[in-house]
Amino acid sequence: MDEIMSKNNSEYLIERNDNVYEVVIGLEVHAQVTSNSKLFSSSSTKFGAEPNTQVSLVDAAFPGMLPVINEFCVKQAIKTGIGLRAKINNKSVFDRKNYFYADLPQGYQISQYKYPIVGEGNVILDMPEGQKQVGIERLHLEQDAGKSIHDIDPSNTLVDLNRSGVALMEIVSKPDLRSPDEVNAYIKKLRSIMRYLGTCDGNMQEGSLRADVNVSVRIKGSTDLGTRCEIKNVNSIKFMQMAIIYEANRQVDLIEEGQEIDQETRLFDTKKNETRSMRSKEDAHDYRYFPDPDLLPLEVTDEFIDKLKSEIPELPDDKKKRFIDEFKVSPYEATILVSDIDTAKYFEEVVAKMGKNRDMKLAVNWITGELFAVLNEKNIEIAQSPISAKNLAKLINLIKNGTISGKIAKTIFELMLDGDIDPQIIVEEKGLKQESDPKALEALIDKIINDNREKAIEYKQGKEKLFGFFVGQAMKASGGKANPHLINEILKKKL
Amino acid sequence: MSEITSLTLYELIKNIKEKKISSNEAAKSFVDRAEKSKKINAYVTENFENCLKLSKEFDDKPNFDLKLPGIPIAVKDLFCTNEVKTTAGSNILNNFVPTYESTVTQNIWNEGGILLGKLNCDEFAMGSSNETSFFGNVQNPIAEDLVPGGSSGGSSAALAANLTPVTIGTDTGGSIRQPASFTGTVGLKPTYGSCSRYGIVAFASSLDQAGPMSKDVKDSSILLEVISSFDKKDSTSIDFKRNNYSSKLTRNIKGLKIGIPKEYRVDGMPDEIEKLWKKGIEYAKDCGAKIIDISLPHTSYALPTYYIVAPAEASSNLARYDGVKYGLRSSGKNLIDMYEKTRSEGFGEEVKRRVMIGTYVLSSGYYDAYYLKAQKVRQLIKQDFDQAYNKVDAILTPSTPSSAFKIGEKSNDPVSMYLNDIFTVPVNLAGLPGISIPAGVDKNNYPLGLQIIGKPFDEQTVLNIAYSMEEKINYKNNIADWWMK
Repeated sequence: MDEIMSKNNSEYLIERNDNVYEVVIGLEVHAQVTSNSKLFSSSSTKFGAEPNTQVSLVDAAFPGMLPVINEFCVKQAIKTGIGLRAKINNKSVFDRKNYFYADLPQGYQISQYKYPIVGEGNVILDMPEGQKQVGIERLHLEQDAGKSIHDIDPSNTLVDLNRSGVALMEIVSKPDLRSPDEVNAYIKKLRSIMRYLGTCDGNMQEGSLRADVNVSVRIKGSTDLGTRCEIKNVNSIKFMQMAIIYEANRQVDLIEEGQEIDQETRLFDTKKNETRSMRSKEDAHDYRYFPDPDLLPLEVTDEFIDKLKSEIPELPDDKKKRFIDEFKVSPYEATILVSDIDTAKYFEEVVAKMGKNRDMKLAVNWITGELFAVLNEKNIEIAQSPISAKNLAKLINLIKNGTISGKIAKTIFELMLDGDIDPQIIVEEKGLKQESDPKALEALIDKIINDNREKAIEYKQGKEKLFGFFVGQAMKASGGKANPHLINEILKKKL
Repeated sequence: MSEITSLTLYELIKNIKEKKISSNEAAKSFVDRAEKSKKINAYVTENFENCLKLSKEFDDKPNFDLKLPGIPIAVKDLFCTNEVKTTAGSNILNNFVPTYESTVTQNIWNEGGILLGKLNCDEFAMGSSNETSFFGNVQNPIAEDLVPGGSSGGSSAALAANLTPVTIGTDTGGSIRQPASFTGTVGLKPTYGSCSRYGIVAFASSLDQAGPMSKDVKDSSILLEVISSFDKKDSTSIDFKRNNYSSKLTRNIKGLKIGIPKEYRVDGMPDEIEKLWKKGIEYAKDCGAKIIDISLPHTSYALPTYYIVAPAEASSNLARYDGVKYGLRSSGKNLIDMYEKTRSEGFGEEVKRRVMIGTYVLSSGYYDAYYLKAQKVRQLIKQDFDQAYNKVDAILTPSTPSSAFKIGEKSNDPVSMYLNDIFTVPVNLAGLPGISIPAGVDKNNYPLGLQIIGKPFDEQTVLNIAYSMEEKINYKNNIADWWMK
């Protein structure tokens, strides 16, 4: 019987026959560098162009063509390294990784093997049970391959080289991850950091972020690593999690049956939800790495690195701390607000526009509640929000200063969606201003009591439930604009 | 008109500038002679019609300020030439027409040169006799059935046969200097990083270097001046101050110190090579140079080192010829089958041999023992030269351990063929400039060459020594146009 025990929210353990296993996961994330041109050529990297329209002679490996490093991509990799609190290496070397494939025009991929541009670093995960540090082994630069398309022509494979030569950062984690939830948090954090830095857009649908997932299992408490399997090229967090769960259970089953686990490369079949063997260790490619003689070792000075350091924006961890200190939001709220750079920007703009009399609670609730719901429903990013931060701040201020009720605010919010309309204008045009004049409300309530004399008598005789009826009638008569607080007060007095 | 083709480049330029000869007349002379010299098999691709047309255009609107005003020039078929077929001597590129121009050839056209055609060479420049070319053997104009050397065998033969006033070759382990030596011509391999590799079909990237081949030293200095340039498109190109080599050329080498490395006296070297070398030393002394004995202790490791490094790089450089994008594609049942058939049919024996050697030495488990070790030895060989250059300004050696051999004589014995590069290979491993000049003949009257090796970026000293020795040696090729009879 499988039993997944859960002491903490994100812990993942597998129990079989009184043995409790934990899963050990390391990720090799391939993140596409945000850049206009490729790593070693001036071709465009724009996604979605017609096949083979963004291919230079270098990308297609014509005879005599030579790679020339794109300095911008180097800067992007170093910035990412800084964001990962990692050691930046003053000297790194580009190697050739040799293998034949139709979408690999050179017959080798230019990558970094022994001497990567970025060394050890770490990433902090915010897990429900607290923070967890995940080690980064290295980050190196490499070229992407092209794309083989097998399903357009019935008898031929077609090759699109638009992606060939695009710069990738391979970010290798230490085997520090222990559960699908941690993998989720890790990928999201990595993506968040790179989006803050502008070094990778993290768009998984477009293939800008993919990962090879290394999975092994061991008896919980053991410090030895089990034999690992590498699941190649998984392109969504959900699939990574599914693949890990399948693979970990497969390995545990094998161990429980007294069998060995083969170190091998596997692929994840998303339709069948299973991993399958691609090639065993014996069949592993011999990539015959050697330093690319067309490129000199890449040398960067400390001054060069320091200059890039000075250009690094405030990153999620620092921003979170500042939000807690400066805006007094809870750590949980801060985590949500900083997870995406655009959300953080939006929040800070709302806060700025609210002015002196700002209400953080309202701001957080409206952004993470109403606004997120709309974004989700429309499936858009906050950068495309139909309501600007400025107008949301105005709406919040209208609630805060008592001009409108929270309920009316929701109505106004709906109206604002149609072209980012200023809530003040809606309030004025639709006459939605809250009625807070006690005299006007008294007259209104007098009329209601008069019209419902029998119910008033019943209330006085002890049928207290009827109080709600009178409130409702008053709100209805005011068109929802009556200040609910005042209605309560006056009703209590009059009845 | 026949005398036009026997002019040196310098003389031809002079005549054109003085309007004694038009560019079109020159082009016609070379084309006519080439038509009568098919037996040499120097050309893989003729660009004659276009050359005649362009020379006419030059004459209509001449620009005598250019360094190569309307000069027709044939080049080795390893340089990619825009819209002119470029084969690298291989079946796998038999149909390949580049849409781009190599930097070195572009430099020549920019200075007024006009492409005569593409010259035969060993397949992917792998060979020392031009016998590995898919397009057949090249005849050495010196004597029938004699190899012209390699890999720039078409270039050396065309030059010696007066089919082009000058030419360019590439030199990875001796491919300019050895054929120059075999044909009684001059060949210069510049310092690595001097001429751009952009647009040159790669053999071994860390060794490949383009260079001039000419009838005399002055011509090489003129051509080097044109082709040597810093190029951002080649990351290994070096931005150093390049001389006006031809105007700085001088025969005053008084007091220059020339080293004689004892390790170049190899076992089994023919007597006549030893004699030639001694004669060379005397000539150098006559020119006023000081002769100093030096040691380059790791010389004997150069050849094995070269035959690890060069094939390793080649095995990777040639992976792009897979039938997918351009060049030959044989049909196969699937991708792997297509690869196997394309590369089996597309590559010749020598190329396959080197791809296999290269793949082997880079394989996991063998990398450290071969490739890594070879790289370390390469450093030692460089250090040998660095230390020698603390004592001397240049080094004098024979260019080759023998004169030209008969076609077929060594084609079944790769090791004996590889031994041809024994004096030239260390220069490539160390990235140094080296020139071969004709210095005498052997018992068969076949030419023999001497090599002058210089300090990095010091092509000027190499040229100056060669220029002054050339005058003393006063060598003249005696070519009887046997192939026209």
